[in-house]
Amino acid sequence: MTYFPEEVVEHIFDFLGSHRDRNAVSTVCKAWYHVERFSRRNVFVGNCYAIRPERVMARFPGMKSLSVKGKPHFADYNLVPYDWGGFALPWINAAVRRCPGLEDLRLKRMVVTDDDLDLLARSFPNFRSLVLVSCEGFSTDGLAAIATYCRGLRELDLQENEVEDHGRQWLSCFHESCTSLVSLNFACLKGEVNAGVLERLVARCPNLRSLKLNRAVSVESLNEIVARAPYLVDLGTGSFAVDHHTDAYQRLMNSFSKCKSLSSLSGFWEASPHCLDAVYPVCINLTVLNMSYAPAIQADDLIKLISLCFKLQKLWVLDCIGDKGLAVVASTCKELQELRVFPSDIYGAGATSVTEEGLVAISSGCPKLNSLLYFCYQMTNAALITVAKNCPHFTRFRLCILDPWKPDPVTNQPLDEGFGAIVRSCKNLRRLSLSGLLTDQVFLYIGLYAKCLEMLSIAFAGDSDKGMVYILKGCKNLRKLEIRDCPFGDIALLNDVAKYETMRSLWMSSCDVTLGGCKALAAKMPRLNVEIINESEGSDKLEENISDLHKAEKMYVYRTVAGPRNDAPDFVWTL
Amino acid sequence: MEEEFRGGRPQLFDFITNGRDWSDKGGYGAAEEKNLELRLGLPGGEDWSAVQEKREHPAESAVSPGHIAKIPKSTNLSASSGAKRGCSDAVESKPEGTLADKTTFQQRHLQQQQLGFLQLQAKGKESLHRTSGSAGLQSLEGKVCGPHAAHASSTKNTTATHSTSQSRAAAAPVVGWPPIRSFRKNLAGTAKASAESPNRRSDAEKKLENDRKGLFVKINMDGIPIGRKVDLKAYDSYEKLSLAVDELFRGLLMAAQMDPLAATTQSTKETHVIPGLLDRSGEYTLVYEDDEGDKMLVGDVPWDMFVSTAKRLRVLKSSDLCASSLSVASL
Repeated sequence: MTYFPEEVVEHIFDFLGSHRDRNAVSTVCKAWYHVERFSRRNVFVGNCYAIRPERVMARFPGMKSLSVKGKPHFADYNLVPYDWGGFALPWINAAVRRCPGLEDLRLKRMVVTDDDLDLLARSFPNFRSLVLVSCEGFSTDGLAAIATYCRGLRELDLQENEVEDHGRQWLSCFHESCTSLVSLNFACLKGEVNAGVLERLVARCPNLRSLKLNRAVSVESLNEIVARAPYLVDLGTGSFAVDHHTDAYQRLMNSFSKCKSLSSLSGFWEASPHCLDAVYPVCINLTVLNMSYAPAIQADDLIKLISLCFKLQKLWVLDCIGDKGLAVVASTCKELQELRVFPSDIYGAGATSVTEEGLVAISSGCPKLNSLLYFCYQMTNAALITVAKNCPHFTRFRLCILDPWKPDPVTNQPLDEGFGAIVRSCKNLRRLSLSGLLTDQVFLYIGLYAKCLEMLSIAFAGDSDKGMVYILKGCKNLRKLEIRDCPFGDIALLNDVAKYETMRSLWMSSCDVTLGGCKALAAKMPRLNVEIINESEGSDKLEENISDLHKAEKMYVYRTVAGPRNDAPDFVWTL
Repeated sequence: MEEEFRGGRPQLFDFITNGRDWSDKGGYGAAEEKNLELRLGLPGGEDWSAVQEKREHPAESAVSPGHIAKIPKSTNLSASSGAKRGCSDAVESKPEGTLADKTTFQQRHLQQQQLGFLQLQAKGKESLHRTSGSAGLQSLEGKVCGPHAAHASSTKNTTATHSTSQSRAAAAPVVGWPPIRSFRKNLAGTAKASAESPNRRSDAEKKLENDRKGLFVKINMDGIPIGRKVDLKAYDSYEKLSLAVDELFRGLLMAAQMDPLAATTQSTKETHVIPGLLDRSGEYTLVYEDDEGDKMLVGDVPWDMFVSTAKRLRVLKSSDLCASSLSVASL
């Protein structure tokens, strides 16, 4: 290959889609490194503090699409304080200076302000797509800036962000000449939007294929929109609160029956059972259905709906679907690949809920299942062993038994054998979340069998440091490890410090690691940032007489070539 | 023994403070022995979320070390051996060792071990109960599970702690558990609220409401033909409920007061238009109908119990509060 001209090498590299492949080829030799770096268009940064933005932009001057992730995953569950970090501004600034041709930006778990959005909107003339996932710090003012200045915007996708509603009619800021929208998702916004503006926007964007409305959008408005956009593929319905005695309902049925391309539905924020009838015409084409925001829809109505969805590949529901409903899913949805069952009432008695039976039914009925997120109140080893046998193709298996330390209710044993069966059978497992009563044994199994595992989440599990050591030793491809409330201490932490440089990050909270242990880790591994998040009052400074034996309540370790970060708040100590 | 726990109950669910004093819990020992019989070969699972608390309260091993013997030998924890060494007030004949000899570190381990095991047991019991249906020791478990949940005090996770005492007590209040996004935690409540409008009632919504005992209950007031509905889960004390009832009926009552035939002589200068609802000093009294159909005076039982058993409320004229009229009057 060394004798090929660069253009040929570059052309070959064009076929390399994944970041990992491109990263790999760039390490072969200097020539390839150079060819690759000038030809890379999509840049992915898994941890915004692992590298300085300027270095990224300098290396990839041809960058068109940038994706950056900020806070650790457990920030989703309020374990990371609000102002921990993950600021978007340095990245936007660097791109403004170095890559003005930027077209797409995707940020996940980062802090984005209105000023950031304003800067973004004004600085990139070719900007096409903004995707913000689980971000915070901005308001509808920032969205107004995007709408105003990003002519030619194709995608604005806001997923599960915390957005302040400043009441400004940001949707109106889309210029009359803006006709390029392909995807618009504002489902996470709390405030109202002007119905007329929305309808006109939809009407003038003939390429609109994905539209996700927020809760404030009424069903009357939905009617108008669907009538104007019959080519929609992906629809988030807005409130969907409709009285089936009214005209609106009838019109809704008519509108939906005209949507021949509709294959993905979500929303249903305030749907009541009767209005689901309107959806029946599209069910046979649905590949994605998300009913997980609709607690008023109970099992029987879900069953009626789902029994028409033969082509369903992805289903998100609340656990009120019950085992009975899951059995219907199993017998109907033979193409199912991804299932998520969320808890509908975490405070209550779980009167209508799912158990291991539902999961077993799914596993035997849906052979293509590869991704699972399942919240339940109980699970048995026998069930997990059966599931493992039925579904060897799992790539993501996340089981959350809502009571910590809950054993198998039939045998009273820990769930080691059940999860062991899963990792033994599912050779391609990349992501695993554990729950229930678990001893060190399950970690032995994971270390032994889960060779492809990249992300592992552990809570309330294990007996000793051995558990964590099994994981670190055995899981060669581990990238992210997050642990809470487990008896793992300094011995485990310091067992193989070099391992952490092969991983993106390690999170440990409410475990047994001490300040001394963390300091030792930091001392041995200068290319790791060892951060302690200290939330107790009164001790802001590391120097204040805190013994090394003091437990580190929250520790976040990540590899970096950027050194300690300079934007850490007072309560974050980088050792 | 049970009384002791009941007395301590508000403390146990006081997740805001770190002030758990384990020295009070000497009584656990005997109760735990009883629990031991049901527990089978449980490996020691510690509760590591109570770390912060335990820093404050090192020296007490109020829990019987007897159960520690049940930890299988396969767990070779330094902590567990520390626990075996360190139990000072052994109920059974365990090797003695004064805790005072140990470092704070080991004491913490000991306590967490005990604490964790305690809750482990309790949780195991909880699951057994769920499958076997017996409710005998549920209240005990509910209390025992409480301390585990006192996590980082800075972020308190829930308001519905009281009504979960009988079941999922441990799951609800722990920070970041269960691992779902915040907006999902509120889904059920907000959906219910919006489903309340009268022209959208459906069987499913009614069922949803009934499944949650004592959430929205009807409340009628003497002299006012149209009733209201009040969400009991929105309040955490009788005082707040009383205030809410006051506000609900204030406008209607004042309109009724314009009627010269109305007997009320309350001063409108007062903050409360309907004072003395709870202490029977005022003109009106708050009563409720419980899940057995009996009419009861509001205020006798702990708030949680009231919320879980109240089906309807009524604001009666205090003069009507005699036995005969209560049985005759339909609530």
